[in-house]
Amino acid sequence: MLMPASLVDADSLLAVDVGTVTTRAMFFDVVEGHYRFVASGQAPSTAAAPFRDVSEGVRWAIENLQTVTGRTFLTNEHRLIMPIQEGMGVDTFAASLSAGPAIRTAIVGLLSDVSLESVQRLARSTYTLPVEALGMNDRRRSDEQIDSLLQGNPELILIAGGTDGGATRSVQSLLELVGLACYLMPKDKRPAVLFAGNKKLAREVKSSLESLTASLHISPNLRPTLEVEDLQPAQRVLADLYAQIRRTQMAGLEELNSWAANLLVPTAYACGRIIRFLSQDSQFGILGVDIGAASTSVIAGFGGQLAMSVYPQLGLGEGMANFLRYTSMEDILRWIPLDIPAETVQAYLLTKAIYPASVPVIAEDLAIEQGLARQALHLAVKTAAKDFPSGASRPSSQLMPYFDLILGGGAALTQAPTLGQSLLMLLDAVQPVGVVAMFLDQNNLLPALGAAAGRNPLLPVQVIEAGAFLRLATVVAPVVSVKLGTQILDVRLVTADGNETRVSVKQGAMELLPLAPGQDGQLFIRPQQRADIGFGPGRAPEGGIPVTGAVLGVVIDARGRPLRFPADQVRRREIIKKWLWTLGG
Amino acid sequence: MLAPVTHILPLTTVCRERLLPTPGRLIARMDQKVGPTDVIAETTIGQKHVLLDVARAFRLPAEAVEAMIQVKSGDRVTVNQTIAHSTGLMPQILKSPADGRVMLSGGGQVLIEVGESLYELQAGMPGVVTRLIPERGAEITFRGALVQGVWGNGRLDTGLMLPILSQPDETLEASRVDVSLRGSVLLAGYCGDARVIRTGAELPIRGLLLASLAPALIPLAQQAPFPILVIDGFGQRPMNNVAYKLLTTNSKRETTLAAVSYDRHKGTRPEVFIPLPSTQDPPAPRDSEVFAPDQHVRLCRQPHLGEIGTLLTLQPGLTSLPSGVRVPAAQVKLENGEQILVPLANLEVVG
Repeated sequence: MLMPASLVDADSLLAVDVGTVTTRAMFFDVVEGHYRFVASGQAPSTAAAPFRDVSEGVRWAIENLQTVTGRTFLTNEHRLIMPIQEGMGVDTFAASLSAGPAIRTAIVGLLSDVSLESVQRLARSTYTLPVEALGMNDRRRSDEQIDSLLQGNPELILIAGGTDGGATRSVQSLLELVGLACYLMPKDKRPAVLFAGNKKLAREVKSSLESLTASLHISPNLRPTLEVEDLQPAQRVLADLYAQIRRTQMAGLEELNSWAANLLVPTAYACGRIIRFLSQDSQFGILGVDIGAASTSVIAGFGGQLAMSVYPQLGLGEGMANFLRYTSMEDILRWIPLDIPAETVQAYLLTKAIYPASVPVIAEDLAIEQGLARQALHLAVKTAAKDFPSGASRPSSQLMPYFDLILGGGAALTQAPTLGQSLLMLLDAVQPVGVVAMFLDQNNLLPALGAAAGRNPLLPVQVIEAGAFLRLATVVAPVVSVKLGTQILDVRLVTADGNETRVSVKQGAMELLPLAPGQDGQLFIRPQQRADIGFGPGRAPEGGIPVTGAVLGVVIDARGRPLRFPADQVRRREIIKKWLWTLGG
Repeated sequence: MLAPVTHILPLTTVCRERLLPTPGRLIARMDQKVGPTDVIAETTIGQKHVLLDVARAFRLPAEAVEAMIQVKSGDRVTVNQTIAHSTGLMPQILKSPADGRVMLSGGGQVLIEVGESLYELQAGMPGVVTRLIPERGAEITFRGALVQGVWGNGRLDTGLMLPILSQPDETLEASRVDVSLRGSVLLAGYCGDARVIRTGAELPIRGLLLASLAPALIPLAQQAPFPILVIDGFGQRPMNNVAYKLLTTNSKRETTLAAVSYDRHKGTRPEVFIPLPSTQDPPAPRDSEVFAPDQHVRLCRQPHLGEIGTLLTLQPGLTSLPSGVRVPAAQVKLENGEQILVPLANLEVVG
C-alpha cells in the first residue's frame, strides 16, 4: 500500500551505477507527492586503464544527466552539490558498483556438502572468481594446501565451518592454514578475510588472523545448524567488504562512497534488495536476470528469501574470449536464425572480448549477439536453479520453478531493436513455466532502486508502483508431454470492455493475444491432454485468470519445456524466425 | 563522449615503470641503453613450502618440542640439516627435506620455503633507463614508432622486420616462410594456415606481426616459441592502412614485438616498438580523448572492421543502425571517400 503523500520525506535522490562498460546516473524526485524516476544520463566507465579512476565516468554520466534535465548537479570543480542549494544539486545520493575484474576469492569450509557448499553460494552472490577451495576432506598435505592458497593469490578469503556450538578443532586447523598462508604473502598483498562460521570461534579468529589480513570481518554463522542455511547476514557483510576492497583498488570510489554516506553497494546486492522486497508478497517467486558486460546475474526471491548468483564467466564482454570453455559452439548456433559459420561466431567472440562496449551494426552481428546473450543467460539460469529452494513449486524437478514475475535487465535485452526480441530472448533463455508476468528494466533502474533503498526505503516502492519497469507480456507456458501439433489449450481472452479473443493452441506453437497497456482482461483457459499451466495437470481456474495489459499483450508459449529444436538446420532457422515474427519481429 | 585511443604513432616517447613482484636487486644502471629482453632487476621467489610438524613427529605436546627445535625464522637450511632433535632414551631427529629458508617456527611446527628460483625482470621494450626504483625496478624510456595491436601470445623478442606482403589484405602462405627469413620479425597480412606458425618455429623466426589471425589458430599461436602479435583482429581482414604504411616504411629496422595480452584492467596491450633516432623528445601518446570532428578513427566492428576514417560530425541523439539498434553515432568518412554512420561505441581514436 502506498504511504500517504504527507509522509513522503521529499528528498530528491541521485543514484549512480558504475558498471564495467557503462556508468549511469539516475535522478529521482517527488512529483505530485510521490517519488518518480525523472531521467538518466550515461557515459563510458573509466574504472579500467587508462583512467583507472571511476570519477571521470561518473562526472560524464552526471553531466549528461544535467543536459537531459537542465538541472545542475555538479559545481564547476565537479563537486556534487548536496544538499540542494538554490534549486541546484540533490538531497541524497546512492551508488552501486560492478566494475572491475571479479575478486579473486578462496573459500574455506569444513564439509563439502555443508559449510563449503554454503560458502560457495555466499561467494557466488557477488563478483568473485574462485581461485582455491580448502575443506576438511581435502587430501592434500597442509603445505600443499598453503602453496595452493599462495598460488591462487586471493584478494579475499571466505571462511565458514562449524555449526554454532559445534566443531571447533577442525575449523581451527583450517584457520591455522589460512593464517600461515597469509603470513607468507607480502604485506601489501594480503587478502581480506570474512569469517562466517561457528560463532564460538569469533574471538579466536580475531586474535589469530587480524594482524595477518588486509582486513578481517566476522559475520553471523551462515550455517548456524546443519539444517539451516542463512546467507543473508553474511551477504550483507560481504557487500560491505566488496566495496571496501574495490575502494583500495580503484581511484574515485572513496569520493563516490562519501557522497553515498558510506553506503556504496555491489550492483548485484542492490538488485537483490528489490527482488527480495518484491518476492515478499508473491505467491510463487520473483526472478531477476541481468546480462551485463562483466557478468550475468540471476537473482530469485521466494517469500523474502534470496537465491543470488553472479557469473563473471558469463558476461557478454571480456569473458567472451573464454566462453567456449563453458559451452559448445553448437549450443550457441542453435539460437541463431541465420546461416552463420562457426568461424564467424568464434571471431565475433574474440572481437567482443576486445571491444566489450561495441554494438552490432548489421543484422548478422545482432543475431550472433542475441544468440550469445541467450546462451549465457540460459547457462546462468540453469546453474543458478540448482540453488533455488527445494520447496519452490515447480511442474517437475528438471524445469524452472513457477514465478509470478520475471524481470530482465542488461544492455543485450534493453537495447534490442524490438520488444519482441527482448521477450523472446528472455523466454528462450529462462524457459519459464505456468503463468508469469514478464517485465523489462528498460531504463536499467534496478541497481539504482536497490542502492536508493539503503537511503530511502520508500523511494523504490513508489517508483516501482508508478511503473518503473516495462510490462512486456503475460506469458502462459504450459507443460505437457505430447507430440508436436497436438491441441493442448483452448484460450479465451475477455477484455474489461467485453471484447473477446479465442485461440486453440497446439503443442509447439507460440500465440499472441493483444491486450494493450492500461487494459485489463480475464483469461479463460481450458487445458487438454493434462497440460499444466501451474494449477495442476489439466486444471485452470474456472473464473479465469486476471491479466493486465502489456506492450505485447498475452503470449502463449506452448513450444514445450525444455525447448527443443528441429534437427534440420533450415527448419530450425525458419522456426526461430516464425517465433520472432509472432512477437512482432 | 570519452573515446578509447589506439596508438599508431610514427614518432613518440613512451615511459614505463618495470617493477619486480617482490623487492630484489637492481641490475640496470642509470642512462643504460637496454633491449627488451635485457634483465634489469632480479629477485628470488620461493616455489614451495614444507611444513614440518615436529610435535606430531616426536609425539609430544607442542610446548614440549619448542626447546628441541634447532632453527629459527629467517635461517637458511640445507638438505638433511637437523631441524629438531629430541633427547632421552630414544632420541629422534627431524631433518630438512631440502635446501631452503625457515619462514616460521612455533607451535611445534617449522615452515620452510624450498625450491627458490630466480625471477628476472626484463626491460620489456627497447630504450634507456631514465629512473631507478630502489629494490623494485626501473623506468625505461623509449623513442620511436609505436603500434598497438589487439592480441598477443605473451612472448617478447626483437629482430629486423621484413615485410612479406605487398598489400594490407594479403594472405600469408606457408610457402613464403623460408630459411631466408630466419631470425627476422615477419610483417604479414592474414594468417589462416597452421604451417606458417610451425615453419616459423622450426627456422626459427623472431616474431610474426599480423593484420589478422584465424580464430582456430589461437591455441597453436599461444604455444609458438616466438611472439605473435595481431594488429586488427580475427578472421580474414586487412591491416588498417595507417599501421600498414607506418610498418612498411620501417621495414628492415630493428623491431620489438611485446606481444603481451590485452588487459584493460592492468592496462597492458600488445605493442610494436621500432626505435628511431630523434634529436628532441617527441610528444608522449595521449591516452584519452573526447570524440570530436577531424579525428582519425578506427572502426572496431563489422561491416568496416579495421578500416580507418575521419570523424566528420557527431550525430545528435540516437541513430538507428541497420541492425535496428539505436545508439549515439558519428558520421565518418572512410579512406575511399564513402561516408557512413558508425556507433561511437564502435570507434577508437587513432593517435
